[in-house]
Amino acid sequence: MSMTGTGEFLWFDVLLAVLGGAVRVGTPFLFVSLGECLTEKSGRINLGLEGVLVLSAMAGFGGSYWSGSPWIGLLIAGGSGAALALLHGLLCSLPRVSDVATGIALMLFGAGLAFYLGKPLIQPQAAQIPVIALGGWSDSPAVQSALSINALFPLGVALAVVLQWGLANTRWGLIVRMAGDSADAARALGYSVNGVRIAATTAGGFIAGLGGASLTLVYPGSWNEGLSSGQGLIAVALVIFARWRPLACLGAALLFGGAGALGPALQSVGITGYYYLFNAVPYALTLLILVLTCSPNRAIRGAPAELGVQR
Amino acid sequence: MRTLAAAPSASAQSDAGGHWRESAEAVALPVLALAGALLAFGVFVWLSGRDPVEAWVLLFKGAFGDSFSWQNTLQRAAPLMLTALAVALPAQAGLTVIGGEGALVLGALACAALPMLVPSLAGWPGAALMLLAGALAGAGWVALAGWLRQARGVNETISSLLLGYLAIALFKHVVEGPLRDPASLNKPSTPPVAESLRIGGLPWDGAVTDVHWGLAWGVLLCLVAGVWLTFTASGFALRVVGGNVRAARLVGLPTLGLVLAGCALGGAAAGLAGAIEVLAVHTSANAALIAGLGYTGILVSFVARHNPWAIPPVAILFGGFGAAGSLLQRRLDLPDASVLVLQGFAFVLILAAEAGRGRLFGGSGGGR
Repeated sequence: MSMTGTGEFLWFDVLLAVLGGAVRVGTPFLFVSLGECLTEKSGRINLGLEGVLVLSAMAGFGGSYWSGSPWIGLLIAGGSGAALALLHGLLCSLPRVSDVATGIALMLFGAGLAFYLGKPLIQPQAAQIPVIALGGWSDSPAVQSALSINALFPLGVALAVVLQWGLANTRWGLIVRMAGDSADAARALGYSVNGVRIAATTAGGFIAGLGGASLTLVYPGSWNEGLSSGQGLIAVALVIFARWRPLACLGAALLFGGAGALGPALQSVGITGYYYLFNAVPYALTLLILVLTCSPNRAIRGAPAELGVQR
Repeated sequence: MRTLAAAPSASAQSDAGGHWRESAEAVALPVLALAGALLAFGVFVWLSGRDPVEAWVLLFKGAFGDSFSWQNTLQRAAPLMLTALAVALPAQAGLTVIGGEGALVLGALACAALPMLVPSLAGWPGAALMLLAGALAGAGWVALAGWLRQARGVNETISSLLLGYLAIALFKHVVEGPLRDPASLNKPSTPPVAESLRIGGLPWDGAVTDVHWGLAWGVLLCLVAGVWLTFTASGFALRVVGGNVRAARLVGLPTLGLVLAGCALGGAAAGLAGAIEVLAVHTSANAALIAGLGYTGILVSFVARHNPWAIPPVAILFGGFGAAGSLLQRRLDLPDASVLVLQGFAFVLILAAEAGRGRLFGGSGGGR
């Protein structure tokens, strides 16, 4: 690519790799933040989506490996995510059980289950979700690589649009938002607040599970125990940054995908000295954004009023 | 001071039998939850085609079967007591902080880095300074999460875990980069700590055991924390802030200072755990320290219901499960993560047991 070997070409390659990586690395962020957005709209926070991400990544990989079809793997990933999230929904419906504490428990439980059941899956290869190549017009392999979009990403974009529209304009969306903004109002209209929240949490877990599948069936594309370290948690924080708007989650996920792609991109052009620090950029960026978004004195604009995270 | 502590807690019931019932429940509910976790684990093991009874027996033998397993158990319990304090002390101030893992690795790093900066360190004063460095590093890291909560309204659970990931990244960068011992080829480490600075084993029956002095530190600090929270005015004030922050402000308590103190002391405990692991077990800072001790500490604190008096026995129990893991692996060919599954069951059931509070022993069924 950089035949002249000048720094300019080098940085162009890094930029391309970051842009391409924004989609690749951002896909799990997108699905988990959409799942969390739906959950939080109903008035509960599910920190356990970190556990959902790890468990569904393993389950999706296993499903694809044993069935030979990445799409069956994708469904199994979503299903396992929904099952773990359902446990969260049920536990939080018990009296005196905190959603934050339950989330921490499911973070550890999900990871433990995934490591246990995923032991035989560390070596093999599984059928991957196909890639849509949009860069055929260019001769540059860097451009081609940046423009190969995995098939899950458009699905995530569509889901963001549907959620944004559905939450604002449909009867179901209104019920979910009512459970999140005023449990009393929802109860007065005869809806079971716990029932709505369990349903929203479970659906959110399914969506987040699709993000788990993107880790093992798209990028990095294999199963190992170090696969997710906090991506699920970052995605939960992204929802605050996106002010609980699904379309804003899309933008936030791409931003964080780009930040997460920075380390590997620099490594690919031979800058390896600060490997761990560059890979930690998303954590630092998340903290920075939380500091800038949150305020001790007032609730964040757009936040569901019943959300415990507000306190 | 004692009169303050005798004041009834918010959940105490007015009838005479209420207090007895409450304390009986405080023990019975976690015990029931742990029994349920062992049962669920047995079913899980059975579903993977193993004999659950054999798994239970091995779990007990590996944890408490003979003096060798006891030593293994106690060696693992020592850091857990301290990482559990890192959750329990902020929790008493009303914050759900889960950054113990990060505070532990930073404490280990500070401890291992100090003799590289000050080569003249030797003997117990040197070791004491290294332990102090570890405690200070952990204290600052967790206090930062508390400060972000109080000053900026940032959710402390999320920020403390993010800070933990940042700490691990920093640890790996420094250990594999600037402070790496050139002699550590396959396993990047800082240079080994001098012999005179290391922490030795506890004596037992005239011999030195594998159990190091860190266990004594863990038990001692849990007791100190318990005494502080139960019998002193500042400890009581901390619990008031944790119970009802508005009431605390109304009576003029310095909430910011108390919350920061709770977080800093908790972080100091986890940082100390990291420093002790370096001086007593690993003799240098390397990736083996990132072993989830901070995460298991979260579970220990929740099972102990954030009560420092209850932390040592719970830490010994979970240290025992950890010690039994390798026996389960060898004899039943179970994955090493089987202990994590057991911990997961325990965590889920301990939370579910909260719902039973006020119902056991014929309570009124309502609670609050």
